[in-house]
Amino acid sequence: MTLPVLSVRDLHVSFPTQDGLVQAVRGVSFDISEHELLGIVGESGSGKSVTFLAVMGLLPRSAIVSGSIKIGGQELVGAPPDEVRKVRGKRVAMIFQDPLTALNPVHRVGAQVVEMILAHQDISNDEANAKAVELLDRVGIPQPDVRARQYPHEFSGGMRQRAVIAIAIANSPEILIADEPTTALDTTVQAQILDVVQQVQHELGSAVAFITHDLGVVARVADRVQVMYAGRVTERGEAHDIFMRPTHPYTRGLLNSLPDINVERLVPIPGAPPNMLRPPSGCAFRIRCTYATEVCAGEIPELKPYGAIETACVRVEEIAAEVMA
Amino acid sequence: MSEPILEVTELFKLFEVRQNKGAKVIKQTVHAVSGVSFSLAPGETLGLVGESGSGKSTVGRCILRLLEPTSGSIRFRGQELTTLGREEMRELRSEMQIVFQDPYASLDPRMTIGAAIAEPLEVHDVPGDHDAIVGELLELVGLSPDHSKRFPHEFSGGQRQRIGIARALSLRPSLIILDEPVSALDVSIQAGILNLLEDLQKELSLSYLFIAHDLSIVRHISDRIAVMYLGKLMELGDHKDVYDRSIHPYTQSLLSAVPIPDPTLERTRKRIVLEGDLPSPVNPPSGCVFRTRCPIAFDLCAEEVPELRPQAKDHLVACHAPLLPGQSLADVVASRHPVATALSEQ
Repeated sequence: MTLPVLSVRDLHVSFPTQDGLVQAVRGVSFDISEHELLGIVGESGSGKSVTFLAVMGLLPRSAIVSGSIKIGGQELVGAPPDEVRKVRGKRVAMIFQDPLTALNPVHRVGAQVVEMILAHQDISNDEANAKAVELLDRVGIPQPDVRARQYPHEFSGGMRQRAVIAIAIANSPEILIADEPTTALDTTVQAQILDVVQQVQHELGSAVAFITHDLGVVARVADRVQVMYAGRVTERGEAHDIFMRPTHPYTRGLLNSLPDINVERLVPIPGAPPNMLRPPSGCAFRIRCTYATEVCAGEIPELKPYGAIETACVRVEEIAAEVMA
Repeated sequence: MSEPILEVTELFKLFEVRQNKGAKVIKQTVHAVSGVSFSLAPGETLGLVGESGSGKSTVGRCILRLLEPTSGSIRFRGQELTTLGREEMRELRSEMQIVFQDPYASLDPRMTIGAAIAEPLEVHDVPGDHDAIVGELLELVGLSPDHSKRFPHEFSGGQRQRIGIARALSLRPSLIILDEPVSALDVSIQAGILNLLEDLQKELSLSYLFIAHDLSIVRHISDRIAVMYLGKLMELGDHKDVYDRSIHPYTQSLLSAVPIPDPTLERTRKRIVLEGDLPSPVNPPSGCVFRTRCPIAFDLCAEEVPELRPQAKDHLVACHAPLLPGQSLADVVASRHPVATALSEQ
């Protein structure tokens, strides 16, 4: 077993607001290894993006962070900003949802790749320029030498996202975080970008955290899947197991609510996600869970192995029996 | 077959745009919709799918004349809409309503939702007790009449979309244009809205034009499906024909690009990945607009625009060399380029 590249333990993130503390992440632990693609699934407000903004050290200063985030053994929580800056872009890099806001509109695309290279590598401008063109070529941008001299507005949506990926891999990071990288793109362009992400991972051998709300995309790219709800991990396992034999009622609910031609009537999850100013006691999903009993209001369920999967549901065995019946 | 409730024939919508190129101002024409024809039967759901820039939303807005069509005919219950005056059109709009993607942007944040739902009733001088009607409408969409005193920010995304639907229903329309009604919602919430739309359709015998980019949603809710690309219809037919026996290379490519939530299936199926992006609607390709990305295009495709014509009963396609029903584009491409395919599979 290889040592995990990224190791997160008991991460808590909250944001002070006028109305009180918003508890966005409430005790999240996970590892990602080399060559592994971990799909992070959850609805808006589940804490999936905040978790990885914490890994990137990109949370606003007001955020209250506790727990541990280690990249290759180096602790980032509480590390001085200088240290975090050395890691960001070098050992860990991020691909954002909207490539137009991720790119600077007034700088040439090539120059933005060069900037990232020179931030972490001690090489000459000419070498960096050559490297930038090579990177643009690697992510499938045709005529990379011409394109490097153009501005982001001259690129299509798909080409912009390729440029963002080129910037992210400029220093061959050990961890690549992709936060909804294809959500803003059209279906046919999404397919191209997923190919690029997989190809880049294959070449670099990086660990990839792929955040998305699209279960189809996860099914295509993820080795393992981590499902999040209300700032906690509710279920985690091999992609095949999560899709074919989900154990947590939330995962079951998500899969059941997908549009299906063979199903006359869809089964939505009742209610709406909780207010993270005052999350419910015990299991946060219990207020929407059709299997919940009084026991679910007690302690917050820990993630525990159940068969091949890890699940955070105290009633998992009883529910499995009920579903079978 | 009954008389269609809506009949769109050869609809065109062009936009003039001015671009500053240095000191010069260049006038260009965006061909948003170029010759779209379809009809909608009473109680039917027609799904209109396409990627961004395909013109699907423009079609919806032209039908309600929120945008003025450049040319073509739109008939609602046999009556031509494009020649109606403002006042006549306004009256007819009570019969045809639209629900937008973002329920938050379409509700006034300073207006109680009761007032928002009652507003169309006042505009159209509907007689009766408006408060009572609002209460009924809220119940119809699965909310409580007590909610009418609250403001939009007090509701979740799914509830807001229910409010948007209640407002669209207030004038008892027979046709509703649903423009990406669930795209902004989380998966677990989407299902509830789709169920609600299906219930309302049965209960109130509504006709839906369901505009969306998500093919799995369109497939679930639609009776028939029309596929749009760069302002033109590529394929139109029964939802089963378009999904399981699609014969247009674009439809098959689009379907193959939609990931299926099943890891085994998703990783083993043959995929066609289209190259490049949608061409600019300012300068659409000659002939077939899809030919620049089509893996099986040939000379004729650049020369002649393919007409949308029946390939089988009620299954229309605009292609010079459509596939056979059940034939896979991936197989056709593989048989033509055996070497390239073998390389890409390595």
